[in-house]
Amino acid sequence: MEAYIYDAIRTVRGKGNKKGALIGVTPVELARQTLTALQDKHQLDTSLVNDVILGCVGQVMDQGANIAKSAAQASHYGDHLCGVTLNRFCGSGLESMNQAAAYIKSGFRDLIVAGGVESMSRVAMGSDGAGMFIDPTLAIPGNLVPQGISADLIASKYGYTRQATDEFAAESQRRAADANAKGYFKSRISIKDQNGTDILTSDENIRPGTTAESMASLQPAFQMMGAMAGFDDVALDKYPEVETLHHVHHAGNSSAIVDGAAISLIGSEEAGKKMGLKPRFKIRTAAIDGTDPTIMLTGPAPATRKALKQAGMNIGDIDLIEVNEAFSAIPMLFMEEMGIDSSNVNVNGGAIAMGHPLGATGCMLAGTLMDELERRDLNTGLVTLCIAGGMGIATIIERV
Amino acid sequence: MENIQDKLLSFSLDADGIGTLVINQTENSTNLFSEEFIKRYIEVAHAAIADDGVKGVIVTSGKPIFMAGADLRALLEDIPDKGAFTQTILEMHKGMREIETGGKPFVAAINGTALGGGLELCLACHHRIALNSTKIKIGFPEIKVGLFPGGGGTVKAPYLMGIQTALMYLLQGIEARPPKALKDGLIDAVVATEEELHTAAKAYILATPNPVQPWDNKKHKIPGGGIWTPNGVQTMVGASGNVGKLTHGNYPSAQKIVKVIHDGIQIPIDRALEIEARNFTAAASTPEAKNMIRTGFFGIQDAAKGKARPKDQPKYEIQKLGVLGAGMMGAGIAYVSAKAGMDVVLKDVSIEGAEKGKAYSTTLLDKAIAKKRSTPEKKEALLAKITPTEDPKAVEGSDLIIEAVFENVELKDKVTKETEAVLGEDKIYGSNTSTIPISLLAKSSARPENFIGIHFFSPVDKMPLVEIIVGEKTEDKAIAAAVDYTVAIKKVPIVVNDSRGFFTSRCFGTYVTEGMFLLEEGVPAPMIERVATKIGLPVGPLAVHDEVSLTLSVHIFESDPSEKSASEKRSYAMVKDLVENHNRTGKRDGAGFYDYPKGGQKKLWPGLKELYTPNVNAVSEEDVKKRMLHRQVLESYRCLDEGVLRSTTDGDIGSILGWGFPIFTGGALSYIDYVGMDNFIADCDAFKALHGDHWEVPQSLHDLAAAGKSIHDFGK
Repeated sequence: MEAYIYDAIRTVRGKGNKKGALIGVTPVELARQTLTALQDKHQLDTSLVNDVILGCVGQVMDQGANIAKSAAQASHYGDHLCGVTLNRFCGSGLESMNQAAAYIKSGFRDLIVAGGVESMSRVAMGSDGAGMFIDPTLAIPGNLVPQGISADLIASKYGYTRQATDEFAAESQRRAADANAKGYFKSRISIKDQNGTDILTSDENIRPGTTAESMASLQPAFQMMGAMAGFDDVALDKYPEVETLHHVHHAGNSSAIVDGAAISLIGSEEAGKKMGLKPRFKIRTAAIDGTDPTIMLTGPAPATRKALKQAGMNIGDIDLIEVNEAFSAIPMLFMEEMGIDSSNVNVNGGAIAMGHPLGATGCMLAGTLMDELERRDLNTGLVTLCIAGGMGIATIIERV
Repeated sequence: MENIQDKLLSFSLDADGIGTLVINQTENSTNLFSEEFIKRYIEVAHAAIADDGVKGVIVTSGKPIFMAGADLRALLEDIPDKGAFTQTILEMHKGMREIETGGKPFVAAINGTALGGGLELCLACHHRIALNSTKIKIGFPEIKVGLFPGGGGTVKAPYLMGIQTALMYLLQGIEARPPKALKDGLIDAVVATEEELHTAAKAYILATPNPVQPWDNKKHKIPGGGIWTPNGVQTMVGASGNVGKLTHGNYPSAQKIVKVIHDGIQIPIDRALEIEARNFTAAASTPEAKNMIRTGFFGIQDAAKGKARPKDQPKYEIQKLGVLGAGMMGAGIAYVSAKAGMDVVLKDVSIEGAEKGKAYSTTLLDKAIAKKRSTPEKKEALLAKITPTEDPKAVEGSDLIIEAVFENVELKDKVTKETEAVLGEDKIYGSNTSTIPISLLAKSSARPENFIGIHFFSPVDKMPLVEIIVGEKTEDKAIAAAVDYTVAIKKVPIVVNDSRGFFTSRCFGTYVTEGMFLLEEGVPAPMIERVATKIGLPVGPLAVHDEVSLTLSVHIFESDPSEKSASEKRSYAMVKDLVENHNRTGKRDGAGFYDYPKGGQKKLWPGLKELYTPNVNAVSEEDVKKRMLHRQVLESYRCLDEGVLRSTTDGDIGSILGWGFPIFTGGALSYIDYVGMDNFIADCDAFKALHGDHWEVPQSLHDLAAAGKSIHDFGK
């Protein structure tokens, strides 16, 4: 049985800080607006939807106690609608789509809403605590370091300079600003208040006109942490061949902290017929892979290789790629490892420009990719993300 | 209740119903935290709680030291039944917790140093008042012997000090003076006199009839917040990072301290104490702890007391010391000797040179004064003890000579002769040579039986080791004198027999050469340096070589006429090429394996990559590690086998204090037991097949392994 993506919707992204546009909107409300938008767009018979799977990383406070079921409740799709929240860190939004596809392919479910949500302004990163980062019996023997140190380690190991990472970031901003201005983000919705007034209508973090030069004065974000908390040495102990850890990443060439939600509607062929909807894409295959947790963020390439192998494809068979811009070094390394240039990668910018609402990003990337493949009338796309703890996730989609 | 007076403590009650429990272990030189004592303490405390006539108890000491900690000898042996061991600790906690929750105030009147278990006893009181004396230290030194507080201290300290400060005290083994301990929350008050100590303790008891410990008080807030606060999370993340950075995972107890706090602070105290006890049992069972107790504590302690001196020799008194040569070594030797109260004559070829040598002491003392570790009066007194001179006759009347002139046989010959001319016939002549055999230098002496090597390490005022070298004709009296001198200047002596490079230079040299071989074989230079620090060595072999100077390595090789091994020739060829063809001479010239930019951090010389093409897979990290450590250990074993070393303990201490061999292994000979003798031999055999005869394992070690013995059974 095939798993089809009937649609995908994502919210605009607001800056995830106290001045951000969406701080007054709860994450449940962000998710609800995507569900309502989906219903309204297709006059959806919501009784056909079995379940809501949402990825969410910080599952405490506003996002605690299974936010997917809270969102289902708020959606008024009906009491039959169940909800489950999952956490594969930054891969959560894509993981929920993959799990939905697996449910459909197994025949256990017919139609699932799958996506993710994260309000980083209301539930700060790290609020959920963690054995992995705080329990010394994991952290010390594992040489575990925060993501920013891992990203700087990648840059140091592979020789990505401050200049190169800044240029990559500037290009992300340029592409996002261009796509935004030209209206390429067609499945993106605004967030409104209860009176129907717009709160935010465009991705708040896009900065048109950004250049490598304009970023030059930004201070490295992880230099002090690396020195004060010992992480530079902890990382280099694992990679002794690297002489010095160069702290190249900063606020401008790392993904922005933002709020947002995204969902997709994934179902069987039969479910489509019942809804009277044509599928936009099918999920060809999905894979994950684990890597060394110290360097942590190198997972996209091995996960992609696995997915390609499962699909019997080569990287050249993929028309467009979305690789999450957690930090400049991540897509740079992915391209180097896969032997490709940036012409088909993140063609409308990425998280450096628009932001990375942790649990939602995977689904946002899939939706962005679907819009662009259709616009360019291309067929095959790949979404991949690096994930905390040393994981990678990759999904291949094809137009129907 | 009746007054008590036994071999462990005494108890008396005053007219106001205030009990005083005085810890006074009459059969020990100092009060120790032992199972026997704690049982008795609990018994007496419980009796006091049960007696309506007792309002509260002041706990104090009848000795100058309140309590020094646990008796470590008990922890040298294996723990046969770990469950029972943990249970014993928990039984103790049960008794102590009944004191804490018994409803009667106990006050620790800290009138002497309280460390480790001694401090934990104070934490099991409701209030802690210390006498403000510079002689009193309060803290948890357990980490220094590979342990951590297992009597409640690890769990309780964060409640009083906050997680971050508690981690600092526990991980660094801080021993604080009373005012600092008060500021950091470890104690509640500081008073000026013994009388006030008693008054304040009594006042607390009368004012606080039913005290509650912070960890039993639901309203108590941990200073700085618990683990799951933004501050707490940051502290814990940083704690793991810094412990990882500083220990590289080599010291299990450091990790356990963070673990006990992490797991324990979130749950009720009695359950947290269980966690602490289980972790303590595990920590006390680690070979690292046993190594640090055996070598790091007892080994060094005994050596520092002069264990190595020939027993039948009378103590050799040194009032006047003659130091020949006022260079860096001579100047340092003059300083440490004057500091120990000796009258020092510092002789150099010119009075200017001698004055300059004395000025070194002035510099050190000015720094100490700036850090409030000395006073202008002490400075003047010490400087008055150093007499600079250019007159060889000025050393007349010296009890001991230490010659520290340039490493040149002819020069040393001249100096020996001119000095012996004025030196008393029964006085001892020591040479601080680091490279020339003592028996060779002794040939210049009219009295070779009084001639001995006294090898200092640089900088003399900081380095704790002195390697005493016995020449062919050196007699016991000279050995005793050298040991007595070393003990007097508060350094640690080891006694070795004469050999090229003696013990320390010879073995340390193999570390440096092995580092170069790895480089030549394609191991990236940063990897060599990083792996070295990761396994606990203080500085990478390439950086060390820069410090020593590459030019000196060439000079030593070329000036030594003896037959050289293939390994020595290989390393010589490498260094000669670097010096002569690439002008890489060492740190002094700013160009060795590293570049030394002015005012900047040193950086590996980029040219190394062209000379030795790096390949991260050339040698596995595991083998890089083994080759750097095993090589030093094998050479140390040869020293033992050849009789250069007189005991395994001397080898262990010499390696740790002399060149920073990692202490968690127990030292360069204990290391063989630590990694397993069979594994060690198998590795060396494999390296021999690949790299040559310098990996040859002496037959005696094969025999020891075949007999299933420990390295410490050598020669037994």
